[in-house]
Amino acid sequence: MIAIIDYGVGNLFSLRSSLAAVGAQAVVTGDPAVICGADKLILPGVGAFADAAGLLRRSGLDRVVCDEARSGKPLLGICLGMQLLLEESLEYGRHPGLGLIPGTVAPIRDVIPASYKVPHIGWNALHFPKERPVHPLFSRIQEGDCVYFVHSYYGADCADSVIATAEYGPELTAAVARDNVMGVQFHPEKSGAVGLAILAAFCEGKGETLC
Amino acid sequence: MITKRIIPCLDVKDGRVVKGVNFLGLADVSSPVKLAKFYSDCGADELVFYDITASAEGRALFTDILTEVASTIFIPLTVGGGINTVEDFDRVLKCGADKVSVNSGAIRDPSLIGSAARKYGDQCVVLSVDAKRVDGRFRVFAKGGREDTGLDAIEWIRSGVRSGAGEIVLNSIDTDGVKQGFDLEMLAAVCEAVDVPVIASGGAGSIDHFKTLFHTLPKVDAGLAASIFHFGEVSIPDLKRQLAADGVNMRL
Repeated sequence: MIAIIDYGVGNLFSLRSSLAAVGAQAVVTGDPAVICGADKLILPGVGAFADAAGLLRRSGLDRVVCDEARSGKPLLGICLGMQLLLEESLEYGRHPGLGLIPGTVAPIRDVIPASYKVPHIGWNALHFPKERPVHPLFSRIQEGDCVYFVHSYYGADCADSVIATAEYGPELTAAVARDNVMGVQFHPEKSGAVGLAILAAFCEGKGETLC
Repeated sequence: MITKRIIPCLDVKDGRVVKGVNFLGLADVSSPVKLAKFYSDCGADELVFYDITASAEGRALFTDILTEVASTIFIPLTVGGGINTVEDFDRVLKCGADKVSVNSGAIRDPSLIGSAARKYGDQCVVLSVDAKRVDGRFRVFAKGGREDTGLDAIEWIRSGVRSGAGEIVLNSIDTDGVKQGFDLEMLAAVCEAVDVPVIASGGAGSIDHFKTLFHTLPKVDAGLAASIFHFGEVSIPDLKRQLAADGVNMRL
């Protein structure tokens, strides 16, 4: 069973529907007991980093998620949920993240050409770093497959954990992973068949093959 | 590299797709769910649903349909029509919409754009504008193009983006339905005025019109059309393949 962490941020309708579409058993929950009993966790998120981090902390779920992740349970952060996995964000000030993966959340404006629009919104191709094997999360898709992005900030200083990038001027972080903790900047639940294949790989992959 | 988007638009009344739709091998051509699935399978990059229902019962049917569409297909969905308040945003977002498009509702109450953007984020608010040339300027029309608002389109779009609109759909009334190509002049003026994504609408009649659009105006992010897709005059897989062959970046 997969627990989608509900800490009061955003609309989880599509995520829940897409997991149902790949045949996964998923529950939307903010209950620590259910989260601890789940096989895998998904941390969603939309909106501003500080608001989401604040809600997660106030709900006490930040510690539950970190404890579960440190105990080896597979965890997938999506969009802002990926950014929350990093150490800190520079979105409107400095705000600490969960620190499960080294890295900083920084504005894409600072690294992209002036003619590129912010947010980075639309379908973009995934590239896998040549220096390491393709991550199991992407075992069912191909290099160059497109996924749907909507974001103005990106994961910086996390090169050691990057498992996919997308070109928007420079190559921006599209996905990160460290052991059992994974995050995707794009929206797999809005990325058609490619997105569903990524979610299916997360849901069906056994612990060791996911890491 | 980010791809240009091809977006079919469906008008829905009382829970059914209106405007004739004519697909080979699709039995129920007015089912929004079946059409949405068909387009998603064809490679549509996004879908726009306009609710043209007037009654409360029709509205309720629309949200039921939206829920079903959003449970079946997994590409971005934009919903427009009858969006007058932040509560209307809430109603359609809860049913699985990703973006909400405002038109007449924002003209009546321009603060709607800012209120919705603050609550749901800029990326969620699409400002849809019906514009037409009047005395050598681009003028905003309301109520499906029937009422001249007197607003200057470029000024209106600029102020909408300042308030938080994250995307613009520009529908040129001058080229709409004529099938002689997109309104490049009007689109160029809008692309010049704002930095957010611009979606071209009105006038597409052939694959060449999309080629001209993306080659002439590299700043345009997407092309939207209705009847040419619905009637099969242009098939989305053909369109995307030909655009890609012509050097336009596409998701294939």
